[in-house]
Amino acid sequence: MTQAQFQARIDADIKIEPKDWMPEAYRKTLIRQISQHAHSEIVGMLPEGNWITRAPSLRRKAILLAKIQDEAGHGLYLYSAAETLGKTRESMIDDLHTGKAKYSSIFNYPTLSWADMGSVGWLVDGAAIMNQVALCRTSYGPYARAMVRICKEESFHQRQGYEVIMTLCRGTAAQKQMAQESLNRWWWPALMMFGPKDEDSPNTEQAMKWRIKRFTNDELRQRFIDATVPQAEFLGLTIPDPDLKWNEERQHYDSGNINWEEFYQVIAGNGPCNTARLAARQKAHDEGEWVREAAMAYSKKQEQRNKQVA
Amino acid sequence: MNNWPLWEIFIRSRQGLDHKHVGSLHAADAQMAIENARDVYTRRMEGVSIWAVESTNIHASNPDEADSLYEPSNDKPYRHPTFYDIPKEIGHM
Ligand SMILES: [Fe+2]
Ligand SMILES: [Fe+2]
Repeated sequence: MTQAQFQARIDADIKIEPKDWMPEAYRKTLIRQISQHAHSEIVGMLPEGNWITRAPSLRRKAILLAKIQDEAGHGLYLYSAAETLGKTRESMIDDLHTGKAKYSSIFNYPTLSWADMGSVGWLVDGAAIMNQVALCRTSYGPYARAMVRICKEESFHQRQGYEVIMTLCRGTAAQKQMAQESLNRWWWPALMMFGPKDEDSPNTEQAMKWRIKRFTNDELRQRFIDATVPQAEFLGLTIPDPDLKWNEERQHYDSGNINWEEFYQVIAGNGPCNTARLAARQKAHDEGEWVREAAMAYSKKQEQRNKQVA
Repeated sequence: MNNWPLWEIFIRSRQGLDHKHVGSLHAADAQMAIENARDVYTRRMEGVSIWAVESTNIHASNPDEADSLYEPSNDKPYRHPTFYDIPKEIGHM
């Protein structure tokens, strides 16, 4: 198959499957994007894990546990999709731990109050959903199928988060204040989740051509803002952007400038929690080493025993 | 480092339906593969039965040969019921 034939398949919306011929750059781009996405799901469990033992009720605790378990599942669906491209799980994990692979910048922010469990579900999962719904139609079959599975589960994540915030907003003045303070901290980092502005995102054009990406960063960001502003208004919360206003002509919200310097600092490893997040992952991996070994040893022993019996 | 083998997971979503491929996972043995598959792929009652097959045991046709492999059935339209003209009076057949 030639590059032109490959592009023709993509243009006809025919999915690419693992054993199909593909340009090396397509494979590389996918491995980078899917594994980065998988790492984000896994590292993303940490900020929420921080609140499991302090959830205010058994109901909230059960919900939070179920949500975090879903995120582990999402990580696994995605690792499994990336492995079909010929990269081993082990090397992906290595890339995460050595800092060669990135994960979403959002998870380098701390979860300081219970309201943050609401903001994470409402805004962080909300932003992730915008991205993931678009990716259900991505050109690589295993990635698209993983996304469909993930999207089915995400809706609960966002709704439970919104419910947490809504409950606080209907509570005491102090509780509502806690919700507002949390929104103030998460709003801008949530907008950064969509990645750099289109003009600063050199890979977007090729990714769109290959239909790995179906919408640009700015398109998805705008969609998120338009969807979220009314949700905040309903709660009586104020989005911390003085320049935010409805533009009748565009039929979209206009919004203020994002602090891109902060974004690039966090990506470069200088966010509030980068070191702690990676250290936690590395520690879990190291301390699980003996379990992985023991399970393999047990399986080999069982196999031998079964042979002797047979 | 001890790498657990890769398993392909197939799930029957409801009694009476086929097992369908849902993805893969790593596990030390078949039993663990099934237990992990339950946790990863059936958290919301998506299945009533799980098959786990070690990935190395799956043999796939080569997509580059798809044309020659499936082409021959393309020129045998008489295998399809619509190939035959049956008078309307006969009704459904
Ligand atoms: Fe997720
Ligand atoms: Fe989620």
